[in-house]
Amino acid sequence: MCLALPARVLKLQDANMATVEVGGVQKDISLGLLEDVAIGDYVIVHVGYALSRIDEEEARNTLAMFAEIEQRFCREDSQ
Amino acid sequence: MKYINEFRDGKLAQGLARAIAAEVEPDRRYHLMEFCGGHTHALYRNGIMGLLPENIQMVHGPGCPVCVLPMGRIDAAIALANIPDVILCSYADMLRVPGAKGTSLMQARGQGADVRMLYSPRDALEIARQNPEREVVFFAIGFETTTPPTAMALLEAQQLELSNFSIFCNHVLTPPAMRGILAQPNVLLDGFIGPGHVSTIIGMQAYVFAAHEYGKPVVISGFEPLDLMRAIQMLVRQLNEGRAEVENEYTRAVPEQGNLRAQALMEQVFEHRPEFEWRGLGTIPDSALRLRECYADFDAERRFDLQIDNASDHRACECAAILCGLKQPRECKVFGTVCTPEHPLGACMVSSEGACAAYYTYGRYQERES
Repeated sequence: MCLALPARVLKLQDANMATVEVGGVQKDISLGLLEDVAIGDYVIVHVGYALSRIDEEEARNTLAMFAEIEQRFCREDSQ
Repeated sequence: MKYINEFRDGKLAQGLARAIAAEVEPDRRYHLMEFCGGHTHALYRNGIMGLLPENIQMVHGPGCPVCVLPMGRIDAAIALANIPDVILCSYADMLRVPGAKGTSLMQARGQGADVRMLYSPRDALEIARQNPEREVVFFAIGFETTTPPTAMALLEAQQLELSNFSIFCNHVLTPPAMRGILAQPNVLLDGFIGPGHVSTIIGMQAYVFAAHEYGKPVVISGFEPLDLMRAIQMLVRQLNEGRAEVENEYTRAVPEQGNLRAQALMEQVFEHRPEFEWRGLGTIPDSALRLRECYADFDAERRFDLQIDNASDHRACECAAILCGLKQPRECKVFGTVCTPEHPLGACMVSSEGACAAYYTYGRYQERES
């Protein structure tokens, strides 16, 4: 029910609406719950509203940490 | 970066699985509750249960709004839909759940009621605009993720002076439900995986009570498999170190304060109900919302003078014990026999995100083989 997906903002429209792309499908959603969203941003979309903007730097940090864990535990193992 | 496949990488999952295995203390059992039904579904669908050490037990929480809605409220929605001139709108998940009389909204539609499936509450406004001579009721359900959209739709309806639009409000709140679970006697629970999308709205502060008052760590997690595994590792680490804090794994989407604009909207439109009945858990104080007095004109409960009957689940149903970590779905006598996703008897079987339904679909064969 609370499943919400990352979507890329393609076009800003009037009245706080935007066209976004999610999994190859375009949809019109409301940006009314967020401030200062720009074209190219990724947002978490749920029931037609963007709930949150995705922070790319945070995402990269998280992935880098996963890679570090993998390096540490899988490399130790092969030695 | 598309923020999906990057967080499903099998090699990285192996690393996290080994990290978890290395960190668990062998003679300790870890009872971790994923509150959110979306997490329950993701744990099973991605096979994460099979990657966890045997002494980590996941307890599947009540965070599926369709599952925990009492049957009396479904019956009330069906009664609404059967009023001539009413168009009843709700999310797809809600339409197939049977009420106490065994009928679902979908079946009511088959018998002539005008029931419509929505993607967004904004769609209900459009229907109201196109049908000025009909009464359009939005059967609103969900946790803090769907609540701000309902608030926005209501304010838009007010602005558009849509006098034929109203809301049957069944929105429920995550932190009071967690408190309700922790207050149950004999609850077997060491920590929570916090719901990621609810947290984009309410932020981290909302869970501090669980850590400080009850000594239970909370780690907010995203919905991809790597997110969940990392959150489990973070919980294990807190428990091993004797810490109880609120931590955030889902930093790419959850700001510490949550979404302040959404919080302000919720505050403007809704107030707490003194208490609310949760299917499977019973009555929990301050755990649900209703429209504030100043929006009474949009309140379907008042407009149609709705009667909501008490209806309890089948006596053999073990949902309450399952939601508190005391029992596994297989330990319920009716699981998979009388109670199935096609004919659910209890809350946990009602939608694909319920503990029993996820277990029925993905988990029961694996466990039988082991």
